[in-house]
Amino acid sequence: MAKQVECPECGATVELDDDVISGEIVECPDCAVELEVTSVDPLEVELAPEEDEDWGE
Amino acid sequence: MRIGFLYSRVRVEEKLLLEALDRRGLSYELIDDRSLVFDVTAGRSGWSYDVVLERCVNQSHALYALKVLNDWGVKTVNRFEVVRDCGDKLFTTSLLAAAGVPQPRTRLALTPDAALQAIEEFGYPVVLKPVVGSWGRLLAKINDREAAEAVIEHKDVLGSYQHGIIYIQEYVEKRGRDIRAFVVGDETIGAIYRESPHWITNTARGGKASNCPVGDDLNRLCVGAAQALGGGVVAVDVFETEDRGYLVNEVNHTMEFRNSIAPTGVDIPGRIVEYAVAVAEGRA
Repeated sequence: MAKQVECPECGATVELDDDVISGEIVECPDCAVELEVTSVDPLEVELAPEEDEDWGE
Repeated sequence: MRIGFLYSRVRVEEKLLLEALDRRGLSYELIDDRSLVFDVTAGRSGWSYDVVLERCVNQSHALYALKVLNDWGVKTVNRFEVVRDCGDKLFTTSLLAAAGVPQPRTRLALTPDAALQAIEEFGYPVVLKPVVGSWGRLLAKINDREAAEAVIEHKDVLGSYQHGIIYIQEYVEKRGRDIRAFVVGDETIGAIYRESPHWITNTARGGKASNCPVGDDLNRLCVGAAQALGGGVVAVDVFETEDRGYLVNEVNHTMEFRNSIAPTGVDIPGRIVEYAVAVAEGRA
């Protein structure tokens, strides 16, 4: 069964791949906020950090 | 072979790169740059990787980490100089100019008054860009003097000191698209057209990607631009013009490619990993 976690922003259920790893960025299907997987076991997500001035390529 | 994978967050690109490493049975260690502490004066302690593949989302994190690692003799992709020179648009423009790579006419001013004068001499429209920044952030197309005065004042008053460095580029009519070309080592492995009704065509801002065939001219131009910036794995942004042919707009050091694999049919993450192995083995 796909791993599931609650979106801290809107409470929706967010499904994650089985091979999800710590640090991975996922998007909530309902509110589209960016979440970062901060722990895999137990599965935890937090709002991903906001874009900084020097982010990019 | 031991590979270090330096990252800030695991985005699509990082996952694709990790999968490419797995497919080749290469062992690697994930290094989260947010937990890093370098004992700079203790010299190279640990970090016994054959190569470190850098994928930081912060240009400044990559810059400082690579400086320490390269000075310790750790091989990295890309190297510190490439991140430094690609990470600053003026450094890029200056190096491309020195190498004779065709690019949009660009001027640099260091004070608001000098900037306004340079813009007036250029004529409108003109484009102002922060020297450090990406994803099309804070680009300003300036259509008249009033806008120039306002944006220059805002940059002077509101921004950090870097915004006082006024980078002024001629506005190039792109007819709705530009080219993003991927250079790995000495080859342009693929390219896409980025189409957008908006004058900023970054796919990060909704630009649509489609395949762009890489002819000899485009390949030579992009490899030349990449090598002018120190080479490695870089993405070269190119404008097509009617009167001057291709112009290199910028060169990017930690390139994104998630939207480019399908249209080009090129295994971009695979080619990056193979290049990193070549660097580790001293072949690149």
